[in-house]
Amino acid sequence: MFDTLSDRLAASFKNLRGKGRLSEADIDATAREIRVALLEADVALPVVKEFIEAVKARARGAEVSAALNPAQQVIKIVNDELVNILGGETRRLRYAKTAPTVIMLAGLQGAGKTTLAGKLAKWLAKAGHQPMLVAADLQRPNAVQQLQVVGERAGVVVYAPEPGSGVGDPIKVARDSIDEARRRQHDIVIVDTAGRLGVDAEMMKQAANIRDAVSPDEILFVVDAMIGQDAVTTAQAFMDGVGFDGVVLTKLDGDARGGAALSVAKVTGRQIMFASNGEKLEDFDAFHPDRMASRILGMGDMLTLIEQAEQHFEAEATAKMADKLLRGGKGNEFTLEDFKQQMMQVRKMGSFSKIIKMLPGMGEMKEQIDQIDDKELDRVVAIINGMTPAERDDPKIINGSRRARIAKGSGVEVGEINQLVDRFFEARKVMKQMAGGMGGMKGMQGNPLAGMGGMPGLGGGGKKSRGKAQQTRPAKGKGKRSSGNPAKRAQDEAAEAARADAADNAPINFELPAEFKGLLPPDGK
Amino acid sequence: MDVLIVTTVVVLLACAAFVALVVPALKRQAPSKTRPKTPPAPEPGTIAAPAPAEVVVPPTEAPVEEPVEERAAPALDVPEPTAGRLTRLRSRLARSQSSLGKGLLTLLSRDVLDESTWEEIEETLLGADLGVGPTQELVERLRTQVRVQGSRTPDEVRALLRSELLTLIGEDTDRSLHAIRCPDERPSVTLVVGVNGTGKTTTTGKLARVLVADGRTVLLGAADTFRAAAADQLQTWGDRVGARTVRGPEGGDPASVAFEAVKQAAGDDVDAVLIDTAGRLHTKTGLMDELGKVKRVVEKQSPVHEVLLVLDATTGQNGLTQARVFAEVVAVTGIVLSKLDGTAKGGIVIAVQRELGVPVKLIGLGEGADDLAPFDPAAFVDALLEG
Repeated sequence: MFDTLSDRLAASFKNLRGKGRLSEADIDATAREIRVALLEADVALPVVKEFIEAVKARARGAEVSAALNPAQQVIKIVNDELVNILGGETRRLRYAKTAPTVIMLAGLQGAGKTTLAGKLAKWLAKAGHQPMLVAADLQRPNAVQQLQVVGERAGVVVYAPEPGSGVGDPIKVARDSIDEARRRQHDIVIVDTAGRLGVDAEMMKQAANIRDAVSPDEILFVVDAMIGQDAVTTAQAFMDGVGFDGVVLTKLDGDARGGAALSVAKVTGRQIMFASNGEKLEDFDAFHPDRMASRILGMGDMLTLIEQAEQHFEAEATAKMADKLLRGGKGNEFTLEDFKQQMMQVRKMGSFSKIIKMLPGMGEMKEQIDQIDDKELDRVVAIINGMTPAERDDPKIINGSRRARIAKGSGVEVGEINQLVDRFFEARKVMKQMAGGMGGMKGMQGNPLAGMGGMPGLGGGGKKSRGKAQQTRPAKGKGKRSSGNPAKRAQDEAAEAARADAADNAPINFELPAEFKGLLPPDGK
Repeated sequence: MDVLIVTTVVVLLACAAFVALVVPALKRQAPSKTRPKTPPAPEPGTIAAPAPAEVVVPPTEAPVEEPVEERAAPALDVPEPTAGRLTRLRSRLARSQSSLGKGLLTLLSRDVLDESTWEEIEETLLGADLGVGPTQELVERLRTQVRVQGSRTPDEVRALLRSELLTLIGEDTDRSLHAIRCPDERPSVTLVVGVNGTGKTTTTGKLARVLVADGRTVLLGAADTFRAAAADQLQTWGDRVGARTVRGPEGGDPASVAFEAVKQAAGDDVDAVLIDTAGRLHTKTGLMDELGKVKRVVEKQSPVHEVLLVLDATTGQNGLTQARVFAEVVAVTGIVLSKLDGTAKGGIVIAVQRELGVPVKLIGLGEGADDLAPFDPAAFVDALLEG
């Protein structure tokens, strides 16, 4: 089974490599693959159809690209189209000329409106506003309490005159809240409404009445990133029922591809303004169309990886580690202890196989990745734990008797310790080379890292991808030396992807460090 | 930005190092010895373990007697009997599903079944979130059947579609809820799990009503200590039917609340304990570990008889991943498909059932307190086709 669009396309284009222009047959074959990929990402069927027509039309007239093979060319077109629909630039909130600005939240049950209300309030408060939350969800048991607690956590005032759980008139609450906000001099009012179904005429009427009572400056439609084909129906129902100006995508911290984003944006023509991606009140951000595009296509998402890393890595430890890698030198080498710590940190981000899959170009070795068992990592850690600090600092001192002791202590065979140590040295060598590459990268750091959304292999093109390409190169060199080994093959493949990418991005004024040039295969595949 | 780059590099290095270190070791070992694996997901067969008695009463049976409990406490709600709930709620179902069943019926009844008709059939199924794989399979089977049958009268088409849909849903799976006292008189334990916002707390509350309606006594455990006011919400549900709610401090350890609930349930002499857990995305390793712990801790006192995964009918293909991960962590035994009263069709459960062998046991059909019904495939399919 292929998981991502790039894999699918790569498979269907296997025989076509080297062909310059896309033929009609190629395009048709591709269209089928794109269709399945989009459907599996939960993009609604009508949207898929329309989208594919657009892609086909563009592919027909596509220029021959020297740098991209047909698969990449198609992916690039698809990606461009996706970003196009998802909205080129993000819109900002409209504030009312005379305070208060009223923001109304609407959506299905369980989309995350109440939580989002808190996040939005906190975000606005941080920006120097004085938001007030209004509990107009009087339907669900204890929704009012939930909003009060959320408000307390966010440190904003909650207007909740009614106890809720079926008691009280939400329209009156909403209307009164405006006066209350004026009286207490809040400049933003966020009205949290009850979750409702698109087909529930009565509840939609109520939402429309709330809207008329407060005449909001922004109505935000809150939608769960996991929603499936129903997204279109629901969005349309809310569009007709209450109308909305912007969309908020929630639960993006899951692994849903979020095709709904595309469906909603396409069908309603409204922009996705915010993305909510975590349980904490701070996990709230503007929406990035380019990242979403990669996500829908199931491409390895470097940026997500980096973000996750940032969340889980302690900045200080990371800086120290980087320092070690950069400086190197005697007495400041990368040790097994460092290695262990790093492993543990990466482990916090989730399963290893998933992280590796997020790296671009790894899709092709999916099977091997699937074989990776996180238990293996535990064994490695156990071995390292079985060593004394001195041994961890300098594994060279591990002799026969030490080895036997470690093996006994960590419950493995002696051979495994040998292997671990051998591989550690090998890995360290590679790391040093990479760190050398980092030195080269230093020169790039002065430049703003704008447009980082570019996905390797997509030609979105950005410094990041270039950096990545560069980092993967040494691995390639290693792979060349002995490629019977699956791991090295992995790196090999990663390198290949990176190479294609590098070709695409055509570094303008960027020179590879000399030691890397030697490692690179002669160009011309 | 420097930090960003540095972080990336460190992650990459770590990954590279991991690949270099572990994967070869793995490859080397793979042929010679099998490593201990995590326990496999339950197989379809294991779920069908015979239950002493069933909560689910088929709609054909005599109407259930009035619950006795309410008379003692007149202030409490009287939940509706569970029998025939699905039939009663048929109109709700029609709202969401009739377009599916009827649409298929109309398409299949056409005089000429050409390619474009088949394509439409496929689209109808895809639109129900069935997923690409199951859809193609069903269309293929229908094609074969139609070819074999030759002539097609409306009745034949209906019968064909009915049997194919039943096969798809799986008629012979055991869908009974194992929420009955164990033979040794200890209360049964049900754990309700799922991602955020699928309706776990609501389902737990409604499930309590289902059990009370069937004349059982229930104790609720509010192990959702994370979300604001979740315990209050559950307690509101419990109070309505006279079920006690065991709760802990907000932000406390959910496992301890669950443990306490099961412990108190034994003392209270109730039939069933329902434990509501906090919503968690299956991608959050830490939270999933926490859930595993809740189950382990409960199991110190009593086996967990039922682990219900609540899936939102609007969920798309991600539902399969969710089910997979939850099944791995807590061995899900049944699915509750919630919010089926909307326009969403919840087709993803088909894929879930096929891959994990976990059947749908209950469906949520509305906001009303008694809108949770035991799932009966035959009645469900009939509702689909009659609309």
